[in-house]
Amino acid sequence: MKTLAELNEIRERMKTKVSVRENGNTYRVVVGMATCGIAAGARPVMSALLSEVTAQHLEDTVHVSQTGCIGICQYEPVVEIFKGDEKYTYVKMTPEKMKEVVDSHLKNGKPITEYTIGSM
Amino acid sequence: MIRTHVLVCGGTGCMSSGSAKIREVLQSEIDKAGLTEEVKVVQTGCFGLCALGPVMIIYPEGTFYSRVTAEDVPEIVEEHLVKGRLVQRLVYNDTGEAKKPEGPVSLNETGFYKKQMRVALRNCGVIDPENIDEYIGRDGYSALEKVLTSMTPDDVIKVIGDSGLRGRGGAGFPTARKWQFAKNSVSDKKYVVCNADEGDPGAFMDRSVLEGDPHAVLEAMAIAGYAIGADEGYVYVRAEYPIAVKRLSIAIGQAREYGLLGKDIFGTGFNFDVSIRLGSGAFVCGEETALLTSIEGNRGEPRPRPPFPAVKGLFGQPTIINNVETLANVAQIINNGAEWFAQMGTEKSKGTKVFALGGKINHTGLVEIPMGTPLRTIIEEIGGGIPNGKKFKAAQTGGPSGGCIPASLIDTPVDYESLQSIGSMMGSGGLIVMDEDNCMVDIAKFFLEFTVDESCGKCTPCRIGTRRMLDILNRIVEGKGEEGDIEKLEALANDIKATALCGLGQTAPNPVLSTIRYFRDEYEAHIREKRCPAGKCKALARFTIDPEKCKGCSACSRKCPVNAISGVIKSPFVIDQDKCIKCGTCLETCKFGAISKK
Ligand SMILES: Cc1cc2nc3c(=O)[nH]c(=O)nc-3n(C[C@H](O)[C@H](O)[C@H](O)COP(=O)(O)O)c2cc1C
Repeated sequence: MKTLAELNEIRERMKTKVSVRENGNTYRVVVGMATCGIAAGARPVMSALLSEVTAQHLEDTVHVSQTGCIGICQYEPVVEIFKGDEKYTYVKMTPEKMKEVVDSHLKNGKPITEYTIGSM
Repeated sequence: MIRTHVLVCGGTGCMSSGSAKIREVLQSEIDKAGLTEEVKVVQTGCFGLCALGPVMIIYPEGTFYSRVTAEDVPEIVEEHLVKGRLVQRLVYNDTGEAKKPEGPVSLNETGFYKKQMRVALRNCGVIDPENIDEYIGRDGYSALEKVLTSMTPDDVIKVIGDSGLRGRGGAGFPTARKWQFAKNSVSDKKYVVCNADEGDPGAFMDRSVLEGDPHAVLEAMAIAGYAIGADEGYVYVRAEYPIAVKRLSIAIGQAREYGLLGKDIFGTGFNFDVSIRLGSGAFVCGEETALLTSIEGNRGEPRPRPPFPAVKGLFGQPTIINNVETLANVAQIINNGAEWFAQMGTEKSKGTKVFALGGKINHTGLVEIPMGTPLRTIIEEIGGGIPNGKKFKAAQTGGPSGGCIPASLIDTPVDYESLQSIGSMMGSGGLIVMDEDNCMVDIAKFFLEFTVDESCGKCTPCRIGTRRMLDILNRIVEGKGEEGDIEKLEALANDIKATALCGLGQTAPNPVLSTIRYFRDEYEAHIREKRCPAGKCKALARFTIDPEKCKGCSACSRKCPVNAISGVIKSPFVIDQDKCIKCGTCLETCKFGAISKK
């Protein structure tokens, strides 16, 4: 037997889980996971991304997926963040830089331009 | 964090083509790749594209893979989930445009989905039907909460009435009016019954809703119970739907555990519980009074109305009977408001309708469209047209109770009134597409054979009348039709319609009447010229050898199972029409195109 409050708690918790299956007003974060990316350390970057998004409770607004080689192998690991028409390409990522990007860009809406490809 | 959801269809269609195995291999490959904490596998209900099953969709990208086999799974995991590369050969990206797009397209952009609008099927193919939490996460049971805590039964009936919701089980009766009658009936015991008998051959939307979103039906039944003052509900579902029955049982168990069914729901003092009754698949048991008789434990035979079930129904008590798809709209109307629902569809037919597309159509499957969508859109855009470049001839809606829509009326909007005005009906949602190779007399015979078989025998017009009609049709397709047969069929049809006890008999002549109405010339060709224009009726087929083209090779005569073909090598052979059994073997054998069928 669940109370109304418990039911609402389930609803809130599950909403974020099933919302992955819709394309809403969210950040889409794509990690380059081709052989070059993985060799350059994309895996720990992905892990850091996932755990930081969870820690900051951003599952609602951030969708993570992976892609193959984007063709800029010397800049791997590459992480791209999309929202609407905007696109930021973060390059030479590390788990530490990833955490900063989650905090600044995904949480507070401030891209860290010095990590993006334009400033390399 | 779970970053990716892999949805595997667990509807009956995909299950029978091996989706259970795919799910198993998928999970073990994901575990092997070390992605257990990142990727979640979800078994869902039907996506709708049944002809392309087993289907799989990967979110957040929304990549749609079709015709997946267990052997493809390791590649999908390695390429897509680990490396982020598409497995191109499995990607479904048919947008219906002449030029196929290069990359993947979102499922909603495909020709099949673009014109669809998912209301009754909202959760099918999206949630795991065996997990109540996922339903709750999609606003499940919030309509029940709203109704019990802030609305009176009259409020509920008013909202449903304002929405314009009408029954999806065939007759299109306004749902709120039915509920109002039952509410007005005074009794301390009332029932809510869900009709999941789904007897129309070729229709499977109710099965898909029960398999893909069973809680939507339970929630609506509880809301209906509150509106009319009932505390008990039954779902009458055919035993041939084992997956639907299983998921429904699981859903009932979970809802009881959460206190969403049972006593004192949300502490409001409202009691409501649901049980399942299995039917054995007799068509007549979908008719509401026969269905009630069957639930009561008796042989499923209809009884005369009035009294209507809303006054005197199950066990003699006031009862409402609603179709599965009707109920699947209810919670969303409560949540989103009557106006939201009423803005979809046409003036008198609100909302959407689900159709099971079958027959001669490229995309066989389940589609949900706003009422009033032209038939052309369904056939050409959503259905992807007719296979093998053949011509569209007609579509049958309403199954054995319905009628056909000929190609000349392909722009007819699909809604209750328009279909009725051209002699067809909305029906429960079977939509069978026919091409130039279908003989309309044969189609009428097919449906009539079904109703003759399914007639329960209680009343004479249906038991004997439909049988007499079938006798005439059998004569016609065998080349023994006589002048006056068409008129005899029409007279019998009208008598049966006027006098049969229940809807089964009253509608059984419809397929015959509507094919006569639009394809009278085909009937006449059978009767007068002993010719089947579509070349379908075997007894009327005539195989002949063109002496100009025949090389006298004797291949056909050696293959003929009844030695009906004779001749001298290197000169034209001939077919003895009296011996010929019209099997068509000679036609397939001839390498020179010398044999034709007329
Ligand atoms: C022969 C016959 C078979 C029927 N079969 C079904 C059926 O399989 N499912 C269904 O929902 N309604 C069926 N109906 C219609 C029911 O009698 C009834 O109208 C319907 O369940 C009411 O629900 P609704 O108002 O929500 O459509 C059938 C009617 C007849 C005459």
